[in-house]
Amino acid sequence: METRSGAYYRVRRNAWRLSLYALAFGLSFAFLFPVVWAFGASFKPLIEVYRFPPTFFTWPPRWQNYPEALSKLPFAAFIWNTFVITISSTVGQILSASLVGYAFARLNWKGREFWFLCLLATMMLPGQVLLIPHYLIFKNLGWVNTYKPLIVPSWLGGGAFFIFLFRQFFKGIPQELSDAAKIDGASELRIYAYIFLPLAKPIVITVGIMSFIGHWKQFMGPLIYLSDYETYPVALGLRMYQQVEGGSFIHYLMAASVVALFPLLILFFLSQRYITKGLLLTGSKG
Amino acid sequence: MTGGSRRELRAAPKSRENLLGYLFASPWFIGFFALTLGPMVVSFLFAFIKWDGINLEDIKWVGTANYARAAADPDVRKALVNTAYYSFLSVPLGLAAALGLAMLLNQQLRGISFFRTIFYMPSVIGGVATIMMWIWVFNPEYGLLNDLLRGIAGIIAKVGVSAARTWEPPKWLLSQEWAIPSLIIMSVWGTGASMLIFLAALQNVPDSLYEAADLDGAGKVSKFIHITVPQISPALFFNLVMGIIGSFQVFTEAFLMTAGGPNKATLFYVLYLYNKAFQDFEIGYASALAWILFIIIMAFTLLIIRSSKMWVYYAGE
Repeated sequence: METRSGAYYRVRRNAWRLSLYALAFGLSFAFLFPVVWAFGASFKPLIEVYRFPPTFFTWPPRWQNYPEALSKLPFAAFIWNTFVITISSTVGQILSASLVGYAFARLNWKGREFWFLCLLATMMLPGQVLLIPHYLIFKNLGWVNTYKPLIVPSWLGGGAFFIFLFRQFFKGIPQELSDAAKIDGASELRIYAYIFLPLAKPIVITVGIMSFIGHWKQFMGPLIYLSDYETYPVALGLRMYQQVEGGSFIHYLMAASVVALFPLLILFFLSQRYITKGLLLTGSKG
Repeated sequence: MTGGSRRELRAAPKSRENLLGYLFASPWFIGFFALTLGPMVVSFLFAFIKWDGINLEDIKWVGTANYARAAADPDVRKALVNTAYYSFLSVPLGLAAALGLAMLLNQQLRGISFFRTIFYMPSVIGGVATIMMWIWVFNPEYGLLNDLLRGIAGIIAKVGVSAARTWEPPKWLLSQEWAIPSLIIMSVWGTGASMLIFLAALQNVPDSLYEAADLDGAGKVSKFIHITVPQISPALFFNLVMGIIGSFQVFTEAFLMTAGGPNKATLFYVLYLYNKAFQDFEIGYASALAWILFIIIMAFTLLIIRSSKMWVYYAGE
């Protein structure tokens, strides 16, 4: 009796686990299928793309889709532009957010607490309210059709959330460290640059990756400020594959999308730990 | 050398410290005044003018006419209904999916990090590239989704349900009824970030609570309702607020996939705002629309925060 009921529970537990695995695999397929589907289409000749009923892959793969798609439009330039915008913004966000975070965490100045509240309040403001004034400001500065509207704001504080992250981290560093450096005659700027910033490496990486991904994917900013297609980042460039030639070149659009997705995929797999950490930091704030 | 540094340590004059603080924070101050506070004031004033954004002489003060126009604008009503429809379905569905996935990942299964990676990935990589891919998934004739649906319908027809034989799958993005549901499906696909926040919360629920419930003979459902839900309610609160804020600002998906169509079926609020601002150059009207959106989002956020006292449980309170 005893052993029978033990076996019964073991079977039941295994059946339960097995069905959980089946569910997990089924869901994994569901989450992957749009990308796999596009990946398959990116290797099809156009006639196979429009074959009914549709298939996942056709043999042989049409490798030429990739070189053809990438040369139809200045795709290499799109990627390069994206890198220029993304890297410049990311560096700016890291430097200015850490500097400002240092001011809020380690320097005593009048009104600090008040301004910190103002900083937190800016997180609540949806960007649409600022959209039109920003456009007019940048237009009058002659910055439309340059990358400045996309990059310069990143250097001016780097966003409330990133400042907040650096501030929290810097607050936890013992005061003795700063005092010792001051006795050696180091200025605040040196203490920030040579002691605090290196110590904040985990935050720098987390902020850097979050910023990189955010800028890589940004769409509305470039859409508003850039009109010359040779200056487009890849997010805008992809859109041209939709329009140019009437949108019937799905295999090229899919090939270009796969290439555009690639850097994000690589970054995701290399730094999932940091991305997750950044996300959970966002969550713990709430 | 030592004398100099000691003097600095002893008496860094207050004014010097103040100066240093403002200097270090100056990038943010410039940004705050030039790109946040100033533009906010300007945008507030813009909402009361009529202007095409080109010649300053053309500015006309119209008072509250822009707001009155918005209240009467059928497109604004349409955009609000569409946005609310999208938001009130995509947020709860996304949260339910996120919680379900997180609970699945919270089982003691092998290879959990593999599944976690897969479920989480779309929320990170999602953007214009994956939107393009989804356009092809949703294609009524050659897309994967309808291929699957036709397959399922075929099986049902074989079983003997004759209605399934003539059944036609939806035209998704091309259909007025299904365009918003399509975008909702895509948004649920990107729910991985909420899932991870739920998962972290689930892993923080003390085992002792479940053990105590076991002793009391509580069932699975009862444990879920009386232990899990209250324990993860802060995560639910956070995901709900972020979801509502994000979904009211939906833009890129509709801009790229449907351009607001068919027949304004996916004309979302921000899309309409964008059209007014950057295609019609109605600076004043678009500014008023932006402030209306701000007030709506604020109202929902405050409503959730207010109600949270009744349903969010914070340990240690």
